Amino acid sequence: MLAWTIYISFAGALMAALLPKDKPVVARWFALLVAVAGMVIAMAGYAAGMGQGRAVIVDALWIPSMGIHYLLAADGISRVLVLLTGIAAVAGILFSWNVELRVNEFFAFYLALIGGVYGVFLSGDLFLLFVFYEIAIVPKYFLIAIWGSTRREYGAMKLALYSFVGSAMVLIGLIAAYTTSGSHSTALTDLAHAGLPVSFQMWCFPMVFVGFAILAGMWPFHTWAPTGHVAAPTAASMLLAGVVMKLGAYGCLRVGIGLFPHGLDPWGFSFLGVGSWRDVFAWLAVIGIVYGALVALAQTDFKFVIGYSSVSHMGFVLLGLMTLNQIGLDGAVLQMFSHGVIAGLLFAIVGRVVYDRTHTRQFADLEKMHLARRLPFAAWAFVVAGVASMGMPGFSGFVAELQVLVGAWRVNPAWTAVSGIGIIVGVAYVWRALQRAFFTDAVATAHELESEQAHKFAPITWPEIAGVTLLGACTLAVGLYPRILLDSIEPAVKALLAGGAQ
Amino acid sequence: MNFADLNYAALFRATLPETVLEIATLTVLVVDLGFLRKAAMQVRVAAAALLGIAGCVVSVWAVTIAVRYVWGSDLLLTAGGSAEVAQVAILALTVLTLLLFIDSEFTRNPGEYVSVVLMAAAGGLIISAAQDLIVIFTGLELLSLSLYILTAFAKKSGKSAEAAIKYYIFGAMSAAFLLFGFSYLYGISGSTNLDRIVQESYFTSVSGGSPLLYLALAMIVTGLGFKVAAVPFHQWAPDTYEGAPIASASFIASVSKVASFALLISISVALAHGLGVGNPIRLVFFNLGPSPQLAGPQAQWALLLAIVSVASMIVGNLAALVQSSVRRLLAYSAIAHAGYILLGLAFFSSSLSAQAVLYYIVTYGLTTIGAFGVIGVVERAVGSDRLDAFLGLHKRNPLLAGVLLVLFLSLAGIPPLVGFWAKFNLFAAVLRASAGVVPFTLVALAIAFSAVSLYYYLQVLKRAYVMPATDDSPIKAHPVTLVVLVAIAVAVIVLGCFPALLQGWIAHFYPANVV
Repeated sequence: MLAWTIYISFAGALMAALLPKDKPVVARWFALLVAVAGMVIAMAGYAAGMGQGRAVIVDALWIPSMGIHYLLAADGISRVLVLLTGIAAVAGILFSWNVELRVNEFFAFYLALIGGVYGVFLSGDLFLLFVFYEIAIVPKYFLIAIWGSTRREYGAMKLALYSFVGSAMVLIGLIAAYTTSGSHSTALTDLAHAGLPVSFQMWCFPMVFVGFAILAGMWPFHTWAPTGHVAAPTAASMLLAGVVMKLGAYGCLRVGIGLFPHGLDPWGFSFLGVGSWRDVFAWLAVIGIVYGALVALAQTDFKFVIGYSSVSHMGFVLLGLMTLNQIGLDGAVLQMFSHGVIAGLLFAIVGRVVYDRTHTRQFADLEKMHLARRLPFAAWAFVVAGVASMGMPGFSGFVAELQVLVGAWRVNPAWTAVSGIGIIVGVAYVWRALQRAFFTDAVATAHELESEQAHKFAPITWPEIAGVTLLGACTLAVGLYPRILLDSIEPAVKALLAGGAQ
Repeated sequence: MNFADLNYAALFRATLPETVLEIATLTVLVVDLGFLRKAAMQVRVAAAALLGIAGCVVSVWAVTIAVRYVWGSDLLLTAGGSAEVAQVAILALTVLTLLLFIDSEFTRNPGEYVSVVLMAAAGGLIISAAQDLIVIFTGLELLSLSLYILTAFAKKSGKSAEAAIKYYIFGAMSAAFLLFGFSYLYGISGSTNLDRIVQESYFTSVSGGSPLLYLALAMIVTGLGFKVAAVPFHQWAPDTYEGAPIASASFIASVSKVASFALLISISVALAHGLGVGNPIRLVFFNLGPSPQLAGPQAQWALLLAIVSVASMIVGNLAALVQSSVRRLLAYSAIAHAGYILLGLAFFSSSLSAQAVLYYIVTYGLTTIGAFGVIGVVERAVGSDRLDAFLGLHKRNPLLAGVLLVLFLSLAGIPPLVGFWAKFNLFAAVLRASAGVVPFTLVALAIAFSAVSLYYYLQVLKRAYVMPATDDSPIKAHPVTLVVLVAIAVAVIVLGCFPALLQGWIAHFYPANVV
């Protein structure tokens, strides 16, 4: 059933491209319909898959000469991420309701991207996974380059090239693993059981891991993320932060750790306390957490704050992966979901609700606008999203990051200790953004009040309310009752830890 | 050997495809100059093209029934296997070129143009099947001389003449090198047959080694490197691609490439054959001591090809980054693609490598013809092939922009388009043929450079889709051209989604036990 998420997205993309150009309303409703259908299927598939292990959805021989299968499979991790994609897709369309330029093309690229993302999460064959992974690159480029804002062509090209370089590294690893294993199959399970030599895994693992981690925003390969997020139109930055960065993290987990578990073994020597690739990547993740938070604290552009906060939060995902224990990996997967929802909400508020009315993202300008009074909806939505982002108990971020930190403590308390700095700074940058953008102390002058009367902001529209409600409800629901996701994640992680890939 | 052995009936059967093309050539000339001299230009062009296409279609049938031709004990022309795949591909790509020619206006002599195209195709058929140095050289000259004429065919354009003279001078030089290399080979081995040369030179080089052989191979690589536009023998390519009439440029970029690579496959197969079929070859160069698995001319050939391949990948991709003319951009990208393919030939094992190389070159030829077709339409409407000529194409002709998107992304190797699968298949074949640090590094380099290539393909697509148009007037394309271009784009998508279709077709030409 879940496979239909892929098919309807691609079919929807094709049909959106063919819709009449002069009727944007039709294109919007059509795209929303397709996305909602995808979300409903994802939810139904999630509910039906509760308590089940890995299930093969489709398995057909695709390229006989190389033993490549069109193999779609889902386990608990895949189902959670497919669910996230469905939610993020719907929210993204709600927040791009006001796109007026080349509307049908916009939604065509958008749905093609979504289809590629669903495909990656559901692929059970490495070759197929790679194909879907690359399909997602091109729509991203056009979404940003055509509909973006600040330095959009630069941001789009940077993102496309970073993605493509990352996927080139993955492709090298894929071909190397295929030829080295000697197995006549590229299915993830077959490659994981092919017994790749430890020495091979030792050099192939870091290459593939970094290839995927580039897209997950791992420091120091994160620089595409802030520029790309800022340049992107609202819906695209929601998708970038919400699901595309998860593609990278998912690849790290499923392919990197799943196929090359011995790549994480100790080298046999250590330098400055770093004795394995695991230490290297864990420290890079920790640096990313702290660095992203500190840089976010210094930004003057509202959207850059959110862009760098994504780097910081994705650091938790990567750190969780490197713990290699049950609780840490549970936390990592939960954090993928949590950050997908929260970052989507933050970008929606900054990019759509605020920017499309104020036409500025500079704190210096926003301070003079008294947005808490004039856009109370935006202010309170940002309060909710902000506290969720800083890890307040009751929201999904808290549960996820706590699990990652506990898992990390069990391996190396220093990781947790340093990451803690990132959390504290995280509170600071959210607070600062909240204060400067919405709740300034400055008293409005008579002149300002006059111009406020003259230039009233457009009222909040129903798609915005619906989108904020959807995303807010998700983070709250998971925060209050994390078991809805964890029940699905835990067995999948356990299976993954027990048997290499699956 | 004496001429009494010459069996004309067998020779006729072996060269039936070429004969069909020659008959078509003459028919085109007679019809065009004899009956249609007073007819409207469009009718003449269409009639010539259609007759040419009919000739190609009959020739495809002739290819399927052609047989090997053996003179004395030497194989002159082979049939089946790689040769047959290449011949069918050459004819199919010629048909596409002629279909795109229907739309063109650069010449007042359509009959002559089509007949020269057919002769070039006949040259291509010969070198795809040739197993003997003399036959190879004859076919190569027929192909090359025809191509020089095709390049110069736009008589009113100074650029066309310039391109042709550059192409001709480089071509003549490289032919001289090739002939010089062939003469050394004959001197070493006393034979002009590829298999026999390899066997003879194998023993010579093992016992004492012969620098002459190395020299001969280097000269052959020079000569054939020119044909496939490999660095450092590539200088003609950008000028020729830029100056030649669009149909000629697409013919040079596709058909001539397929034929030249088919010839390289023949040589590589002969070299692999000399060591015994099925013998796993492990190539480790830069190895000082004699390696048991590496002996004879194959290692030297592989080394030469690998050097040329790496140079082509680097120069082609880097030079393409700074081009402002889309035709020149395609020329440099062609150089880069030649680099990837040469890698597949350098690390060559069995028919598996041959199939991967053929798959790559055939799909590349298909994509390139489509790309030139789009450029041709834009060029006629805007009057230039600069990057800026493509501004706002998505508005001016959405269908054409869609075709361009598909073709260029395929050239960049984005799945699920055919270019991706071709690359994957080729690189996997390289690593299957020889697992070692060197081939692996070179494959990694090739993949890294295909990441670079995305940048320049996106430069064109960015103009077509992203940047604002300076002129919104619609671009009209001839219906036949549009249908052909859309068909090519659809083929690129379908073959990319179902790679097994074409791969299975290629594989069925090879005896199962070798695969």
